[in-house]
Amino acid sequence: MNNLLQYSDYLVAFLIIVGAVFMLIGSWGLVKLPDFYTRLHAPTKASTLGMGATLLGSLVWFSLQEQSLHIHELVISLFLFITAPVSAYMVGKAAIHRHRPMVKGTANPEEAERAAKRLGQKH
Amino acid sequence: MLITVVLAAALMIGVAMLFCLWRLIKGPDITDRILALDTLYINSIALIILLGLYHGSALYFEGALLIAMLGFVSTAALAKYLLRGDIIE
Amino acid sequence: MMRYLLPMPWHTVMLVMVWLLLNGASWGQFVLGVVLGWVIPLLTYPYVRGHAPIRKPVALFVYMLRLVYDIVVANLDVARRVLLPNRYLKPGWLAYPLRIQEPFPAALLASSISLTPGTVSVEFSEDSQVLYVHVLHLDDEKALIDFIAQRYEQPLKEIFGC
Repeated sequence: MNNLLQYSDYLVAFLIIVGAVFMLIGSWGLVKLPDFYTRLHAPTKASTLGMGATLLGSLVWFSLQEQSLHIHELVISLFLFITAPVSAYMVGKAAIHRHRPMVKGTANPEEAERAAKRLGQKH
Repeated sequence: MLITVVLAAALMIGVAMLFCLWRLIKGPDITDRILALDTLYINSIALIILLGLYHGSALYFEGALLIAMLGFVSTAALAKYLLRGDIIE
Repeated sequence: MMRYLLPMPWHTVMLVMVWLLLNGASWGQFVLGVVLGWVIPLLTYPYVRGHAPIRKPVALFVYMLRLVYDIVVANLDVARRVLLPNRYLKPGWLAYPLRIQEPFPAALLASSISLTPGTVSVEFSEDSQVLYVHVLHLDDEKALIDFIAQRYEQPLKEIFGC
């Protein structure tokens, strides 16, 4: 049993570090990427996986501590996985509506204009 | 060993939150600020989970769940306000 | 009669299960969960619009497992692109021709696209014929459209039978 706990410690440590590294990369992307639309990618993706890994680590640890499946983490991560694309969609929609500038070299910028125009017609 | 790892991860997430804060202050537009707030609350959930691991207490999950829900609703409300100039139709 | 007393039976089952998972299984919590699972659908039923029925639950499960795998792969890809210098970035817009017209499967497709390979769906066109997608690294438009159609849209069409 002690051996099992020892190994599970390594697993938990690995998951937590991976999660933190992904969160860090996601936030670094928020600082570094050149325009709003590219910045939209970093938090929605990297942070989701970062949260998933951190919560998985916590799930393993608490489940072994209490000798029963600890389900709260699953609920939180499921909630985040469902809401992340929705909030990205809504913020992105607001951004094309406000005609946020794109970085030079973006392919097909006219598609964004078309989407914004259709959005304008609706109201 | 696990305590050290948790502290190191918390340090990384603290730095990540500073990055978000920088984007929150710098802007340049309100959409960037909303995005920064969104990332900030996700980071804070991770920080609370790590705090729970540090203290070995499962009580922090209620807080994490609350932040997750309120954070999503506030992001959605802010984005909707930008789109319509109104939150409740 | 059944429709008025128990408008959404699957929601009731799900609510009771989530309640028990969150609060620990005991008979008292079970009773409380059943009461909540009965009252909440009763109150929210008028606001819920029906969606296309799920024809193949097993296929939906397989789809979700594959989605989790794709999320991990996509995250590694995005992390790599974030760490590379900006000059290697080739962002672009993509107008994806939608073949699914039902709102619920289309929303699932848009969410899947947002969570996976370097793409975020941003807006539907007014007639729901086109989904506007921002791509972090756009190499080959045609290939990406084919990839999304085969990997996500086709399974969703089969699951919901539309």
